Amino acid sequence: MAPAERLDGGAEVRLHELTKTYGAVVAVRDVSLTIAPGSFFTFLGPSGSGKTTTLMMVAGFVHPTRGELFVDGAPMGGRPPQKRDLGMVFQSYAVFPHLTVSENVAFPLQVRKLGRAEIDRRVGEALELVRLRGYEQRLPRQLSGGEQQRVAMARALVFRPRVLLMDEPLGALDKKLRTHMQLELKDIQHRLHVTVLYVTHDQEEALTMSDGVAVMRDGRIEQVGTPSELYEAPASRFVADFVGDSNFLDATVVGPAPAGGWLCRAPGGLEFRGIGAGSLRTGQAITAAIRPEKLVPAEEAGGTGPGPGHNVCKGVVEEAIYVGDATRYRVTLGPEGSLTVKLANRLAVRPLTPGATVALAWSPDETRLFPRSEA
Amino acid sequence: MSVAERRETLRYVLLLVPALLLLLVLFVYPLSGIVNRSVYKNGYTLDAYRQIVGVPVYVQVIARTFRTAALVTLLCLALGYPLAYRLATLRPRTARLVMIVVVLPFFTSVIVRTYAWMVLLGRTGLVNQSLTALGLAPGPLPLLYNQAGVLVGMTYVLLPYMVLTLYSVMRGIDGALIRAAYGLGASRLQVFRRIFLPLSLPGVAGGTLLVFILSLGFFITPALMGGPADMMIAMLIEREVEITLNWAFASALAVILLALTLVGFVGYNRIIRLDRIFEARG
Repeated sequence: MAPAERLDGGAEVRLHELTKTYGAVVAVRDVSLTIAPGSFFTFLGPSGSGKTTTLMMVAGFVHPTRGELFVDGAPMGGRPPQKRDLGMVFQSYAVFPHLTVSENVAFPLQVRKLGRAEIDRRVGEALELVRLRGYEQRLPRQLSGGEQQRVAMARALVFRPRVLLMDEPLGALDKKLRTHMQLELKDIQHRLHVTVLYVTHDQEEALTMSDGVAVMRDGRIEQVGTPSELYEAPASRFVADFVGDSNFLDATVVGPAPAGGWLCRAPGGLEFRGIGAGSLRTGQAITAAIRPEKLVPAEEAGGTGPGPGHNVCKGVVEEAIYVGDATRYRVTLGPEGSLTVKLANRLAVRPLTPGATVALAWSPDETRLFPRSEA
Repeated sequence: MSVAERRETLRYVLLLVPALLLLLVLFVYPLSGIVNRSVYKNGYTLDAYRQIVGVPVYVQVIARTFRTAALVTLLCLALGYPLAYRLATLRPRTARLVMIVVVLPFFTSVIVRTYAWMVLLGRTGLVNQSLTALGLAPGPLPLLYNQAGVLVGMTYVLLPYMVLTLYSVMRGIDGALIRAAYGLGASRLQVFRRIFLPLSLPGVAGGTLLVFILSLGFFITPALMGGPADMMIAMLIEREVEITLNWAFASALAVILLALTLVGFVGYNRIIRLDRIFEARG
């Protein structure tokens, strides 16, 4: 095993009202964040949400129109990329095609004018870290995508930056390899204790890898939180939709429920309770979000039937889609539309039969209510 | 090779057929005529070649042709590389505008442009008048009808070829590589020397080769802007065809020019390894 020297911990990265406009177009607006030292932080969002622009501002390739950036308290404004000492991995890997693997990895050390022996030692360590020993003399075109990715990683880590920036680094890999690299990446991050700023549009990737996630939309931060916070308590309909799958039911607030939360009524007469994301008032139009796996057939919900406080509805099973570890059912309720139900494929769980009528139960605590004006 | 692969190959070969036919009819056939004529004068003979090798003047002309071509190539590279580099780093829209300026000379004939230079460089031309007026030269400098004139004229005409070749390669360099180099801590000079320059070498190789080969066969500019002592091989061929009507001799000169060009190309490929450079990209 390589003597993977721990860095003196990663650095804290603080973004203060970071804004970038291109003419009239606002690419990033007022992004303020504090990223804890040594944490794995992800900017998640669809293309055009400003996540890459934000990362490029941290790297120094894009100059913020407004706002400030601090690494361990030191202001980075006006400092060119080459003076920031941040490791960076690009989606395209950006491995230098005319240099061998070890020359690529040695590059950041050579430009820092380190001694020959020191360079050799550190390059060896870095290649050990990404398990590319024996590839020293190969040229990038002789490597697979995953191997090039490792070269890029080794090269970004070899000069021991305290912050590592990664822009969709696994985007070009196939699913299997991506999952594998995700684990390795996490492992390396843990061992080196480097602060990672990661950009991806893949919510699954963001959830599995991150300590913290900022969901971005139209240049703004929609929500910041841990993966479970984002999944269990999305702050907006957009987050509920983008992070994981959600069922959406349009309804109107009837009033505060005695047991807590809000009572709502859907157009078809279905009544249910939920937790408001933000402040609600009686009569307000809302959209309720329910995760497909939180819906269970009523008779399973508590062994004998739904618990006292549970929401219940009835519907007809339209279709069943087998997806391996689970089966997804589409259940039509009536005027309210239909719900997707995800049931694990376990012996204890009885599959639903298409055409049958089924009663579904779910917890009010797992029902998020969003004011509908926000669309 | 599978059947599918073989069909794929066949398709590419078919696509080559028109070009090959064109080359065959318009290049190989006339060329074989020239080769034939160079060794046939009332029966097969190598007299023409013997004459070229035997008379020092002819050897000198050939040597001068290569020397001039090499100098022009170096001048084009020295002037063209910084220009292409600047162009490649400009925003695409601005770069396109500047590029129009670079290729604008192509819209006028070489003869007109060469005459323009003659007007500029003549004894009473703009350049000499300015230099004299500013007191930078005691009198008119000999800028025309000598090697300086030939070099200026040829470099001017051939510069766009160099710039275009360099530019296309430089534009093709992935910007992420440059950003990566900066991100890894390299200074501007280090990024240029270690990353940009090596990656632009295919352009340097292609551009210098193109300009050098074009220079070897140059006729109008050296004929108009050079003196009697600056005769190049193309001018010699023209004289043999037009004035002395010694077609066998002219053909032999043409064959020698072609052969030397090929030898130069092979030698260049040996040193620069064009194939490897072009393969190493991306």
